[in-house]
Amino acid sequence: MSEANGRTVMGPAPAGASHGRPRGLWGWLVTTNHKDIGTLYLVLSLVMLFAGGLLALLIRAELFQPGLQLMQPELYNSMVTMHGLTMIFLVIMPALVGLANWQIPLMIGAPDMALPRINNWSFWLLPFAALLLWGGLLLPRGGPDAGWTFYAPLSSTFGPPSMDFMIFAIHLMGVSSVMGAINIVATIVNLRAPGMRLIAMPLFVWTWLITAFLLLLAMPVLAGVATMVLTDRHFGTSFFNAAGGGDPVLFQHVFWFFGHPEVYIMILPAFGVVSEIIPAFSRKPLFGRESMILAVVAIAFLSAIVWAHHMFTVGMPVSGQLFFMYATVVIAIPTAIKVFNWIATMWQGSLSFETPMLWAIGFVCLFTVGGLSGVMLANVPADYQYQDTYFVVAHLHYVLVTGSLFAIVAAIYFWLPKWTGHRYDERLGKLHFWLSAVSVNLAFFPMHFAGLAGMPRRVPDYALQLADFNLVSSIGAFVFGLAQLVFLWVVVQTIRGGEPAGSRPWDGARGLEWTLPSPPPYHSFATPPSLEVVMAEGPTDHGTAAQT
Amino acid sequence: MSESDGPSPAAAPALADGLLHWNLPRGVTSTSQQVYAMHMMVTWVSALVAIVVFAAVLWTVVRYRRSRGAVPAGFSGHLGLEVIWTLVPALVLIGMAIPTTRVLLDINRSGSAAVTVRVTGSQWKWHYAYPDLGIGFYSNLKDDSREASRKGSNRSPQTVPHYLSDVDRPLVLPTGLDVRLQIASDDVIHSWWVPELGFKRDAIPGFINLMDFVIDSPGIYRGQCAELCGVGHAYMPIVVQAVAPDAFKTWALAEQQRQAALRSESAARPWTMAEALTQGQATYEAICAACHQKDGQGLPGAFPALKGSKVVAGPIAEHIRLVVHGSPKNPVMRAFGKEMDDRQLAGLITYERNAWGNNTGDLATPEQVEAAR
Amino acid sequence: MSEVPYYVPPPSPWPPLTALGLALMLGGLAHVLHQGHWLPMAAGALILIYAIVRWFGAVIGETQAGVYNAQADRTFRIGMAWFIFSEVLFFAGFFGALFYLREFSVPWLGGYGAKGAAHLLWPDFVSQWPLLEMPRSADFRVPRAAMGPMGIPAINTAILLLSGLTVTLALWALKRDARRPLTAWLVATIALGATFIALQVHEYLYAYQELGLTLRSGVYGSTFFMLTGFHGLHVTLGVIMLLAILGRVLKGHFTPREHFGFEAVALYWHFVDVVWLGLYLFVYWI
Ligand code: HEA
Ligand code: HEA
Ligand code: CUA
Ligand SMILES: [Cu+2]
Repeated sequence: MSEANGRTVMGPAPAGASHGRPRGLWGWLVTTNHKDIGTLYLVLSLVMLFAGGLLALLIRAELFQPGLQLMQPELYNSMVTMHGLTMIFLVIMPALVGLANWQIPLMIGAPDMALPRINNWSFWLLPFAALLLWGGLLLPRGGPDAGWTFYAPLSSTFGPPSMDFMIFAIHLMGVSSVMGAINIVATIVNLRAPGMRLIAMPLFVWTWLITAFLLLLAMPVLAGVATMVLTDRHFGTSFFNAAGGGDPVLFQHVFWFFGHPEVYIMILPAFGVVSEIIPAFSRKPLFGRESMILAVVAIAFLSAIVWAHHMFTVGMPVSGQLFFMYATVVIAIPTAIKVFNWIATMWQGSLSFETPMLWAIGFVCLFTVGGLSGVMLANVPADYQYQDTYFVVAHLHYVLVTGSLFAIVAAIYFWLPKWTGHRYDERLGKLHFWLSAVSVNLAFFPMHFAGLAGMPRRVPDYALQLADFNLVSSIGAFVFGLAQLVFLWVVVQTIRGGEPAGSRPWDGARGLEWTLPSPPPYHSFATPPSLEVVMAEGPTDHGTAAQT
Repeated sequence: MSESDGPSPAAAPALADGLLHWNLPRGVTSTSQQVYAMHMMVTWVSALVAIVVFAAVLWTVVRYRRSRGAVPAGFSGHLGLEVIWTLVPALVLIGMAIPTTRVLLDINRSGSAAVTVRVTGSQWKWHYAYPDLGIGFYSNLKDDSREASRKGSNRSPQTVPHYLSDVDRPLVLPTGLDVRLQIASDDVIHSWWVPELGFKRDAIPGFINLMDFVIDSPGIYRGQCAELCGVGHAYMPIVVQAVAPDAFKTWALAEQQRQAALRSESAARPWTMAEALTQGQATYEAICAACHQKDGQGLPGAFPALKGSKVVAGPIAEHIRLVVHGSPKNPVMRAFGKEMDDRQLAGLITYERNAWGNNTGDLATPEQVEAAR
Repeated sequence: MSEVPYYVPPPSPWPPLTALGLALMLGGLAHVLHQGHWLPMAAGALILIYAIVRWFGAVIGETQAGVYNAQADRTFRIGMAWFIFSEVLFFAGFFGALFYLREFSVPWLGGYGAKGAAHLLWPDFVSQWPLLEMPRSADFRVPRAAMGPMGIPAINTAILLLSGLTVTLALWALKRDARRPLTAWLVATIALGATFIALQVHEYLYAYQELGLTLRSGVYGSTFFMLTGFHGLHVTLGVIMLLAILGRVLKGHFTPREHFGFEAVALYWHFVDVVWLGLYLFVYWI
């Protein structure tokens, strides 16, 4: 693959691309520029974060005390479903793809993404998907209400009309992800600057390469299972209906064959982000690059064979339970490598604690909490108790909020000066971090105890012994939500103006993106960077890059 | 957590329960105790790992600050170290996997059963049947919880004993004997979960999951449905009343006699309005009230009210057909003809047509129901 | 192939219009499923087709103008290969479902295996495959017989295998710059593809009318029609793409060195072929 690059001759600014995007809204609609599309993804993600977060706050308000205060159970169920689907498909994934769009061409020295029009298409499918998904709330019997996992037959035979709109929204988001993944693979494999070997690619690029493969593996299967639900609903098939020879559990197998790789799709690029930030603020190269890459590959491989750990209570044969338990806990080993290598990167470094670094360190600590509760969940006998309780809700928020979301926020603080050319307000950034770090634990740590004390997931009302945990969680959630308004403020202010960032705002940061001015020119690397630059910004350890 | 069987003090149940609920219960079956041991093992290991990680992070953050003049070292890898932190976690995991495997095999071993109960989840109540004893009944959330939970209710949950965790009829099981549950479902997936028995098992429509255990000590054990099953998912509690084998036998006998007597007595009695209403009310409250509510008001947006309903006020034949064959439009309104006999259905329909000010004065007869089948 | 820089296309309205068309079509379909009017769906489909035609038109124009260099060609190849990979996984989901139903759920319902206790609920059900009697047959359309491997399916297998050969011959002809054989083999491939579809339609009619085998015939009917149906859809798409390629060939497009579009379609056709072999084996034969 790497020999491809030597042969490529890249001239001056490409012909059709010498002019920028047309002005106004139309320009954003038709743009083929990776930075524009990256911005679109990130803006959509931020908007949906507040939308999905608003639902979360409504959920927390309802759970503030026992009894129903705000909504009927059916509305509650669709709030939970919409919250989960929105956060996963319209917040975390678009944010990560947005980061990929902005950063991958900058980091590998490419003029743009490999397939710019497909890139535009991938993005514009998402707002329509959001419309189909959220529009369901206005239909008779309300929005989709079977949880983000839409288990059959609750979603098939018993689902409201909005379920069909949700299914088609999932199809659109699936097409978007598959196209995005193809684009990313093609870009990374084919558009690297001459002289940048695969092994020398930045970790963020590496994690996205692996993630793209996982997307190609997982998303079509999700489309398939959603289609089966659709045909069971309307065309008389009986995939999930025992009366016709089917099995509701079949849904879960196929869903989780997608679903589990999906959760790693949401964490691997986050690992990549953290692997960029920690070396920059430790002023020390990443510890053990090769094993970091290998660990990601191992995690991705394992993620395809552990899906049934979400189904330990469906009554699987014991041999199956054992297999899925072993495979699951093995993932802790490559993840251990990652965590300890990050710490080793900081070890004997020269650490400074600008906002991105704070979020990255927060990530390392709190993701570990989530990962450890994951290992607890993987213990089958214990999971007989944990499954479908708030213990799972605690786990998933530690890995997703203090994992994926924290890394995304870190990435935005890290690269925003590059994108906008302005420094953000460091004091507000730190305020944002400390408010978030404290409140997020207040919101989600008590959920472990609520789960152990017997609180099931997806209930609008609960027994009295759970009142205290829920009270604390709700308060924490509200503070966390407010803290995100600080974030919004900081981002908007930085886009509008601020101290010039210079091309390399972080003295410890290495990588091709920092060789460009801030903000970078519209066509990032119209001429590929020279070999010397590629070498100087690449990893210096192990001599891997220097051999070319 | 297991309380003695008897009237529980209504005062401050929140306080009494609250202090005890920070962890899983140890429980009253060998399964639950093994599960508890596994839970505590993974908890302590996790805590330990967390401490190691936090301590290391804290150390670097304090020790290697640039503001304290730290200069970066140049190293960027160390094979030996990496091998260590690959092997040590692997050993820890293997160390946990060995006892876990043993426990898992033990829990899932199934032997012979002295008492078998068919547990059927049904939106949103549980049905318990003892096939060998000829007993069967529905178990519903108690009305006071239902009332207090409702939006805008003027009854506070704090005043309800065992809020959301109490039922009209508990599942009665003997202690010390092998119990086997056959868990099934009428509609969507539910999950039968009583923490003190040690596990949950999903109730999957069309399939049966087995669950074997022996309860060590008498008491009342509470749990609830643990799989999202629609609107009433929060309102499907489970209460197990474990009694000594002798007491169980006595109970079963009495229950058999009671159910038989009910059947023969009512079969012998002439089909009058009063008879139909009494029977109908009992059936309605056991089965229909979970959705349409005890007062026939339904839940706006989810379940139609029967009070003043067009179907109930309309031709009786249509009403009977809907109940017997279910709604063609909405699967939640399933075909109850399969579950109930003619007299039950006739009583039920009569009750619906005359309760809550529906005063149609109609008396549905078992013959009408039979004709509609 | 000219040594020009990597081509970054200018802003284009076709991708967002394609997104709009697709979303409108699918949303419209959901609307139709709930007794809505078909107009939005039809409008979506028209917009979708229009936008795709214009989009591809633009790409073809650019190809003919020679703006794509060797690197761009590699991008297209990588893109196509991984697109087909994702399609394989789409089918894998359905094959997986078939496997699960045959190996697990049907035997369990019939009293065999780890969850054979399910038989208590369906005491009269006998596990078998093809599943002609369902656990609750009254709810379904009970077929008179299953679809055997002989006859139409066997012929169709031969047809598809043959068409895989003809499309390869066409490609070889293109690489030799032998335009007449190229056209001939391409036409032959299209004819074979069309015959396959016609026979498949015939088989469906036979299944519905003679055998009473429908989508509503329990899991056997479900898996049979979903797998063969999605495959048929892909064959249809493949034939449409072959027709487009034929049009370009007739216009004199493609050279022995520059023919990514042709190869992409040929690759797609082979993929459809391979899926069929899987189908023939697991749906009709075993
Ligand atoms: C970003 C997303 C993400 C990530 C990364 C993970 C990571 C892991 N998850 Fe999680 N998981 C979810 C998202 C995620 N999960 C979601 C959303 C659900 C709920 C879905 C739903 O039902 O709605 C879920 C549910 C879930 C379940 C099902 C629970 C149930 O429903 O009963 C299980 C069970 O095994 C599980 C396990 C794990 C494990 C073992 C990991 C491992 O990868 C974690 C590995 C990390 C570490 C272990 C920490 C670092 C390691 C060390 C410091 C080394 C030393 C450690 C040891 C020696 C133990 N997860
Ligand atoms: C990455 C994904 C992600 C993220 C970021 C979050 C964020 C949050 N989640 Fe989410 N959650 C999930 C993924 C996520 N969640 C998933 C997958 C489920 C399972 C769904 C299912 O069971 O199907 C779930 C379920 C879930 C539940 C369980 C519901 C139940 O089982 O009944 C709860 C309960 O507290 C909850 C709470 C929260 C809270 C308080 C936040 C907070 O972090 C949110 C913080 C708030 C904001 C960021 C918004 C701030 C907004 C304002 C201040 C208002 C201003 C408004 C405007 C400007 C319009 N979540
Ligand atoms: Cu039944 Cu939840
Ligand atoms: Cu998982």
